[in-house]
Amino acid sequence: MRAPPKTFEEFRQVQAELERSGAAIFRDKDGFEALVIKSPYSIQYIHSYAEDTPFFLGLAEGKLQGSKCSGCGFVYATPRSHCMVCGEPTRWTELPRTGTVHSWTTCRFGSEAFLKETPYNLCLVEFEGAQSLLLARLKECTESEIYIGMPVEARFDPNPKYSITDVWFVPAGKRPPTSSPAPPRRSRSASRRAPPTPRNPRLRKPARAAGGTRRKGGARRADRSR
Amino acid sequence: MAPENTPPNSRAAAPTAPRSASRARRVYMVTGGVTKFAKAHPAMDFRLMVKRAYNQALTEVPNLTREMIDGTRVSYFSDHFSRQLKAASMVHDYLGMNPKGSVRIEWGGATGGECFQAAYEAVASGRMDVCLAAGYETMSRVATWKGNEFIALASDTNYDFPLGGFYTGYYALMVQRHIYEYLRRRKFAHISDEREAQRLATEEGSRVMSWVSVKNHLNALHNPYAQYPKRLSVEDVLNSDMISYPITREQICTMSDGAAVVVLCSEERARELTDKPILVKGVGCGTDTMRLADRPFGSVPLLPHEKAGDYADLAYPGVHSFRAGRAAGREAYRHAGIENPTRELDFVELHDAYASSEIQTYEDLGLCRYGEGYDYVLRGDPFLKQVDYPFDLPRAGAMPVNPSGGLIACGHPVGATGLMQAVFAFWQLQGTIAEHFGDATLQLDHPKRGAIHSHAGTGSAVTVSILERGFP
Repeated sequence: MRAPPKTFEEFRQVQAELERSGAAIFRDKDGFEALVIKSPYSIQYIHSYAEDTPFFLGLAEGKLQGSKCSGCGFVYATPRSHCMVCGEPTRWTELPRTGTVHSWTTCRFGSEAFLKETPYNLCLVEFEGAQSLLLARLKECTESEIYIGMPVEARFDPNPKYSITDVWFVPAGKRPPTSSPAPPRRSRSASRRAPPTPRNPRLRKPARAAGGTRRKGGARRADRSR
Repeated sequence: MAPENTPPNSRAAAPTAPRSASRARRVYMVTGGVTKFAKAHPAMDFRLMVKRAYNQALTEVPNLTREMIDGTRVSYFSDHFSRQLKAASMVHDYLGMNPKGSVRIEWGGATGGECFQAAYEAVASGRMDVCLAAGYETMSRVATWKGNEFIALASDTNYDFPLGGFYTGYYALMVQRHIYEYLRRRKFAHISDEREAQRLATEEGSRVMSWVSVKNHLNALHNPYAQYPKRLSVEDVLNSDMISYPITREQICTMSDGAAVVVLCSEERARELTDKPILVKGVGCGTDTMRLADRPFGSVPLLPHEKAGDYADLAYPGVHSFRAGRAAGREAYRHAGIENPTRELDFVELHDAYASSEIQTYEDLGLCRYGEGYDYVLRGDPFLKQVDYPFDLPRAGAMPVNPSGGLIACGHPVGATGLMQAVFAFWQLQGTIAEHFGDATLQLDHPKRGAIHSHAGTGSAVTVSILERGFP
């Protein structure tokens, strides 16, 4: 016969007891008692990249690919095999290795799978010639150094895991970690006198940006249709 | 090349005038119930939680019996949280509803709002005279960071999740750009040092987000159903743990256990059941790309009280605004015949999973222009007149937003949240806040019309429903 599980009035204590013995009784403030047990749940998924496969194989070769619509010419920095604007199939197109930060954050916490990697930076990258963005990790720089508009360049994992994490970005022109620390950038940023606008003209409002016929088939059509 | 199975043209998919509005039957809310939201309700499983909320709803309308309910719509977000698939069937079963019709509703964070609208549609279409919408979530069954992982799985698992999949991170990316568009490029446009300007803008944005957190937590002090009512200072909010820069712990809602139910019915039934029915005056729903990276840079879909010139330079929505929220608001306002929400709504219960998204949502819903969200807070519009905040608020009470305390203070048991908003809005419009909260503080002065707003992951789907007092 097994002794009955221990009773606790704090849920935290119940959780701790589950780690120790696998079972506990929670008594709420009305005196109601609930038996609580541990119930593991683990799955190994068989995940296919399917139509996105060339992107992930490309990363392993140090190649960053977006997709370009064969109908309207919309260029996706995060590939889609069919265009969300006009529905036509897209073709693979190589993206520049360099871009700029469209937005960014530093995660000090994360979901369980990534807690051990915190803190890490995420950024959305703009590329010349693309009308959408790419989400990526931003490495080799800290919170106080990052800003919207910062030039960044791609790095690839020499031991690819066939994951989006096979590519990440670092500040453009950043020297390898073995060399001396980068000089202060203050003078450089102070010299940026131009009024702040998104650096990639394709990410400005289409109506006032030069862009020709291709643009008409792009983001603008999606929105004007409303 | 072989013909491709192409997705529908985006033009065809764009929201249009509510085609069904003229043919739809009028739908009324006659009662609702809600459990107290809590970090954990280990002594109740999801069925019992829903049953308690259901019992409350039925007790308040003595003429309503289980036999009169024609069917149910049941919502919960994630099967992972309880490791029980088909759990909605078990709720329907536990309430003794078999063999009536039922279906489970899931739509990310907007699950509760969608459930409300699914029940609306069941009645508006004439399929049911009385429909029960019931929702719950039991998020305490896994550790908080595991729960964050489940939620993050509602982002693209090829391109987004493996990077550190974390919703606070996604909302931080969005508010950083919002701050850049509207504070850096406007309020701090005169500063030429880019990094310094951005630092100052973020500091200002964080301060304003903290005001929202202070507001919602303080409102909730008068709401006994709320999970985390408390008196906070701006410094408390700013100094709480930095979760994902610039969003701090007190600017984020928490994981919760809880349930809520709503009963919607036809006009005829409503008159039989209650002398204080609340009309569902309009419903709207909008969507956007799952990946933030795919959001377009186009023009703002305007509300009737806005002009194209208001947004001449704005690339929209990018990642700074929620196009789904704008689309949902437009459809709901049109359906309800609302020309100017600032004049024709008396309050809004909106989906403040983050203090940042509350500010972004003011703009999406046209409570202020895009770009005015921060000033809107500082002027005091979304605050209540009758609550004592530590701020000077010249326009307090102009448009009370989240008088209940919102998600930040009430909690966010996902499948229940949108229905909880409906219940709180219902009590507001009935004028029964004092009776339900045991405290009259949050009761607005004879509100006629309110909006509820439910929002799914990064703004990939949003619902807006307009509720209106249906009695003299």
